[in-house]
Amino acid sequence: MTNFDTPPLGADGLPDNPERRDFLEKGTTALGASTLAAACWPYIASMNPSRDVQAKAVTQVDLTGLRAGEVRTAEWQGKPVFVFRRTDEQIADIRTSRSKIDPAADYERVQKPELLVVVGICTHLGCIPNRKGEGWMCPCHGSLYDNSGRVKRGPAPANLEVPPHHFVDEKKIIIGQV
Amino acid sequence: MSNRAINWVDERFPLTKFVKHELTEYPTPRNLTYWWNFGFLAGFVLMLQIVTGIFLAMHYKADAAEAFNSVQHIMRDVNYGWLIRYLHSTGASAFFAVIFIHMARTLYYGSYRAPRELMWWSGQVLLIMLMATAFMGYLLPWGQMSYWGAQVITSLFGATPFIGDELVIWLRGDFAVGDATLTRFFALHYLFPFLICFVVVLHLVALHTVKSSNPSGITLRDKDNIPFHPYFTIKDLFGLGVFLMVFCGFVFFAPNFFIEAENNIPADPMVTPAHIVPEWYFLPFYAILRAIPDKLGGVIAMAMSILIFAAMPYLDRCKVPGGARYRPIYRAMFYLFVVDVFVLGYVGAKPPGGMMTVVGEVATFIYFAIFALLPFTSLWENHLLVHSEKLPPEAMRLIQEEAEDRQRHAISTAEEGA
Repeated sequence: MTNFDTPPLGADGLPDNPERRDFLEKGTTALGASTLAAACWPYIASMNPSRDVQAKAVTQVDLTGLRAGEVRTAEWQGKPVFVFRRTDEQIADIRTSRSKIDPAADYERVQKPELLVVVGICTHLGCIPNRKGEGWMCPCHGSLYDNSGRVKRGPAPANLEVPPHHFVDEKKIIIGQV
Repeated sequence: MSNRAINWVDERFPLTKFVKHELTEYPTPRNLTYWWNFGFLAGFVLMLQIVTGIFLAMHYKADAAEAFNSVQHIMRDVNYGWLIRYLHSTGASAFFAVIFIHMARTLYYGSYRAPRELMWWSGQVLLIMLMATAFMGYLLPWGQMSYWGAQVITSLFGATPFIGDELVIWLRGDFAVGDATLTRFFALHYLFPFLICFVVVLHLVALHTVKSSNPSGITLRDKDNIPFHPYFTIKDLFGLGVFLMVFCGFVFFAPNFFIEAENNIPADPMVTPAHIVPEWYFLPFYAILRAIPDKLGGVIAMAMSILIFAAMPYLDRCKVPGGARYRPIYRAMFYLFVVDVFVLGYVGAKPPGGMMTVVGEVATFIYFAIFALLPFTSLWENHLLVHSEKLPPEAMRLIQEEAEDRQRHAISTAEEGA
């Protein structure tokens, strides 16, 4: 029979092995807490993109009929991607300039000088910039981008993202795959 | 019979005791003005939103392909669907209007000061929960403004150092706001009001511990308190009548006043509207976000503009009771703050750039400067008013009486202790 009133006491009248009891108490608490934390994980992870959303990760863009100076917008991962065929003057202009906010040379951002591929999402708060003059302007907070998708004026902190892409042939790009 | 029934319950549950303690014998300062009506009104609007929301949920479809059409279905086909939806959409605006006035009253009369700090902070938690609920609810009609508002606000979390991008994708469940985002926003929009109810209970338990503040700012003696019921139930109900006249005016005669025309276009992830604005109740905070020309800085400033209210019990170091009533400097700062918030709201509604940017930056500076100056001006006021006895005689008498009461209380507790 267990007696709940008096814990097992040693000869000195103190509980047996107090360090052992202390260890057991702390160990059980730690184990319980980490189990609880681990049990939260599936719920947190369930909010990340599901398989079908992840499957949207690759998009093919057909460039047929895209003339110099025109932008074609493709959908990739639910986001717009601008494919911009630049004119020779535009290329010449953009080669010499740099962005003060996020410096990057134009040749680092394109695979072919005449074709710029950027994600059309403002790096500030995610609006879609509209084509304006020689570049893009975000309607939400007024950020300006040049013909290389580089930020010319804030509040945007960075250049338009260049998505991983490769050219299948002259008329076709795969976005989402290097 | 009814007495026996009540006795039967009272033996098992403290019903009569509760009603006495919280209503019929709950001491309420008799000098409360109609500015003390807005807590009750907030409770009313919360109930209205829950009831209308539950009935809307019976007809709404939280699916990116169907959400927009299901709202049209509610408006055109569902019996009284138009009424329930307009009550809910107008109710959101009414909720913020009532809460902002409730907060302004607390600031004007200094009701945030000891011993009511926990009321102020639980109220602050409620404000943030209300903002989250309203924001998520605004996505549900799946119009262009809904969509781009959600896109912008979820992007704010992208400013988090190191994990920003992953955090935004996790919040959206997609690489951009999409079907997964809509469905989870609906689930959470349904959940949050019940969490709000729970915090409201905490807010009320704290209230019934410290009791209502009053325009004099002094803890009243027993003779100056009257029971909450029937005196203030009737006063609150009268205020409700006035509120409902204004509220129903909007619901029946200008239901689209608070709805952006752009939101009648279904969400299009490929096109951002030329000019996007948040709902009116977010405009001042949105203007502060835009005033800082740096992404992380803007997000921090916007968060601070709401969180800084929590510091009020510490920033205000003046001992003069009654808040702004007997404090000319604080009163001037209060009115400047109110005007500043309206200016920020105006700037937030306008397209960025040009003159508006400058005005927004100045107004943001003033917004924070008022909080920063308060510790100094309030100490100065203390010195100016209390020590030179420039307060009106009745206010001095009240301070005196309260000091005596406190002393007597201290002596009696000391005796009990002995």
